[in-house]
Amino acid sequence: MITLDAKIPSGPLVDKWENHRHDLRLVNPTNKSKYHVLVVGTGLAGSSAAASLAELGYNVSCFCLQDSPRRAHSIAAQGGINAAKNYANDNDSIYRLFYDTIKGGDFRSREANVYRLAQVSGHIIDQCVAQGVPFARDYGGALETRSFGGAQVSRTFYARGQTGQQLLIGAYSALMRQVHLGKIKLFPRREMLDLVVEDGRVGGIVVRNMITGQMESYAGDAVILATGGYTNVFDLSTNAQASNVSALWAAYKRGACFANPCYTQIHPTCIPRSGSHQSKLVLMSESLRNDGRIWVPRKAGDKRPPNTIPGEERFYYLEEKYPAFGNLVPRDVASRNAKVMVDQGHGVGPSGVSVYLDFAEAIARQGEGVIREKYGNLFEMYQRITAENPYEQPMRIYPAPHYAMGGLWVDYNLMTTIPGLFALGEANFSDHGANRLGASALMQGLADGYFISPYTVSGYLAGVKPKAKKTVAADLPAFQETLAAVRQRTEKLTSVNGHTPANEFHRELGQLLWDHCGMSREEASLQETLRKIPEIRERFWKNVRVPGAAADFNQAYDYARRVADYLEFSELLVKDALERRESCGCHLRVESQTAEGEAKRDDDHFRHVAAWEYQGEGKAPVRHQEPLEFETVHLAARSYK
Amino acid sequence: MNFTLRVWRQKDNASPGALAEYKVQDITPDISFLEMLDLLNHDLISRGEVPVAFDSDCREGICGTCCIVINGRPHGHEHGGTVCQLHMRSFQDGAVITIEPLRVRSFPIIRDLVVDRSSLDSIIAAGGYVSVKTGGAPDANAIPISKEDAEKAMDTAQCIGCGACAAACKNAAAMLFVSAKVAHLSRLPQGRVEWKRRVLDMVTAMDQAGFGNCSNEAECEATCPKEIKMGNIAGMNSQFLRAALTHR
Ligand SMILES: Cc1cc2nc3c(=O)[nH]c(=O)nc-3n(C[C@H](O)[C@H](O)[C@H](O)COP(=O)(O)OP(=O)(O)OC[C@H]3O[C@@H](n4cnc5c(N)ncnc54)[C@H](O)[C@@H]3O)c2cc1C
Ligand code: FES
Repeated sequence: MITLDAKIPSGPLVDKWENHRHDLRLVNPTNKSKYHVLVVGTGLAGSSAAASLAELGYNVSCFCLQDSPRRAHSIAAQGGINAAKNYANDNDSIYRLFYDTIKGGDFRSREANVYRLAQVSGHIIDQCVAQGVPFARDYGGALETRSFGGAQVSRTFYARGQTGQQLLIGAYSALMRQVHLGKIKLFPRREMLDLVVEDGRVGGIVVRNMITGQMESYAGDAVILATGGYTNVFDLSTNAQASNVSALWAAYKRGACFANPCYTQIHPTCIPRSGSHQSKLVLMSESLRNDGRIWVPRKAGDKRPPNTIPGEERFYYLEEKYPAFGNLVPRDVASRNAKVMVDQGHGVGPSGVSVYLDFAEAIARQGEGVIREKYGNLFEMYQRITAENPYEQPMRIYPAPHYAMGGLWVDYNLMTTIPGLFALGEANFSDHGANRLGASALMQGLADGYFISPYTVSGYLAGVKPKAKKTVAADLPAFQETLAAVRQRTEKLTSVNGHTPANEFHRELGQLLWDHCGMSREEASLQETLRKIPEIRERFWKNVRVPGAAADFNQAYDYARRVADYLEFSELLVKDALERRESCGCHLRVESQTAEGEAKRDDDHFRHVAAWEYQGEGKAPVRHQEPLEFETVHLAARSYK
Repeated sequence: MNFTLRVWRQKDNASPGALAEYKVQDITPDISFLEMLDLLNHDLISRGEVPVAFDSDCREGICGTCCIVINGRPHGHEHGGTVCQLHMRSFQDGAVITIEPLRVRSFPIIRDLVVDRSSLDSIIAAGGYVSVKTGGAPDANAIPISKEDAEKAMDTAQCIGCGACAAACKNAAAMLFVSAKVAHLSRLPQGRVEWKRRVLDMVTAMDQAGFGNCSNEAECEATCPKEIKMGNIAGMNSQFLRAALTHR
């Protein structure tokens, strides 16, 4: 059985990273080109890591699902990226960003990791500007910032409403530069199907060439998973269609522990569902909450058009309940309150399942031009989808599954419990605890990729001999075993020959999770969900229809495989939610609330990370605990009042 | 709403392709064009037929994956948007809709509506970046950049690399795409340092990838989902000339 060792360096918090960097071993420059690193994923985390490692001199192979690395899901991030620059002179600091992130995560993340994140945050902005990322500027030519949920300072840098796109294009161009220099080999339209573990450490990966359908094997001295988050387990989410859990799930089954799978974030400002054929829920950047005011009619069931409801009959519930933060409370608080309003009959719109986000006052105060400059593309996107004009009537919003704080367990070096296997970006669990603050995912992905993994992966490689390159990967025994297992799974899926397309099972699973393991969770219904998931899974394996052949271009097969993984992974997610009998961050257990309906943590019993270890098919996984030690911050009840 | 779809089916680049006709019925006006194709595929799979291959990912107009040709226009009839942002309410009930892949020499067909656009990546690889390494960057505010320059750079930096410009052009030119990157980086002090090398290398790579030359048809500008302006092409051409005359 695995013992978790987070390898957190000793010494004062502010010196840990610096000291650790001195302790990390280096690879002799002339030896670097003998090592081969496989990077799976080309989002912010994968692209930045691949480029930085190649710049150091390692050989890198880089894989992604899309036809181009530039299309990774990170491209869709809108609002911005945090950094403790204190350019606004509003008394921001590394410590304040650290503290906000720890508190925002409801004291369920590691102090040392989060402090390091805040320490390197400033360098990220420097790096991106040097690459030519056109961040917003003021008239003096200096960088602009804005404030985001969960913070009282203005530390979020942005490029209109397309920050993720611009940051990703920066990282992608650094990646393509290394492709040009011959240090990175690019493998687009490849899906990782399995991980190869050899002599107790990582050996490589098996991928499917999504054009030909052929299986391909790649050996590496280290493997980096930067495959993003798993919120598509809910079927409808704000994530891109291709986002999935499969790479992480394969690693889990090969011995990497999965940490805190139940920590999933529901984003408060999304365009509400319109019908049953919907394929995704579109997010409206949270930055809208800077200027938009959230309200519902004070009287339940009031169906009057919003503009005819006078001020005193409007319930600005966030401003009233949380005067200090108002509309800028963290995401979990905003989402939960929206649900409470809808559950109490105050919901608006045709379905009654949405709340207003109103810009009338901001437009009157600042002028339409200013609002258009700040949010023009978001307003346009909203209008395209809903055919309603947000300059004239309030937007309607409702929460939607958005982000996974859980992910593969990693130590301080971002290495999983499999030696040589690293996880970066949304794929790991490390920095956001039970709730991520807005604009912190981009920061974490780039911190992991540009500034942390280049050192820690080097530290690992310095301790292992480079692999001899004489044999073709697929001929090695460990690869043959893995390939055989993959073939068997492929065979099983394509031979079901049922009648039901895979998306029907996905929809059923998603609805089940949304109802019982979404914004609030309760013992009995979690137990019930744990009974229902295997039922859906069983029906899937009896009735699913996967058209065409596996050894061919086959999008329906690619999708069905991911659904099969969700049907297994979701059980772990719910189990984790069940075992965590406290409320923290986004994980609200109905049994654990304060008198005012706020989340109530139980630090005595749950001040730990839950890391699940796979035990084999049909066997219950083992739940390990990594205690969270707080040496610097005082554990407080999280209050935004 | 009901529609007749004429969809391009093709096994791979080497095989011949043809339009196949499908009926879709009871479509609600609020669903998106791609959700309509999802429904078609759901029906095809249920009936034991092979679904239509098409690409999409973000489904919110930013990743550039979904570009296909609808009734002869890349991204369809709505100005300034992508296929995934099209909604069925913008079509006439009963309409016949023809759906084809991007037809560009340098984008070989993979299956049905799916093409290989890696030629665009190869142009970026040739020079679409600032040659900085990770680490060692000066403070982000060390070099002031005027608001105007930042905004102008952003206007072209927001290209989503969908390939619509090349598909709309009768010469299959990718010059709007290339000039957008050239304009983005040469607007900024960080990118200006190596402007000559960049424009020369990117244009060379564009020619090598088999894209055609601009003859001012302006179809690219009309079809660009991010409304990137054709003036950038003139800017790139003049940069190219100056660079060719003075470089090395
Ligand atoms: C709509 C939206 C808006 C957001 N806005 C913000 C924001 O304003 N600020 C912020 O900080 N965060 C934001 N986020 C969150 C943030 O965008 C993501 O958390 C972050 O971009 C994830 O980056 P990543 O590099 O970890 O993974 P991703 O960008 O998801 O990349 C995953 C990569 O892995 C590849 N991959 C996946 N599975 C496999 C496999 N099996 N085999 C091979 N390759 C695989 C994919 O092809 C892709 O290249 C937003 C998220 C969404 C959905
Ligand atoms: S799917 Fe991303 S732009 Fe259309």
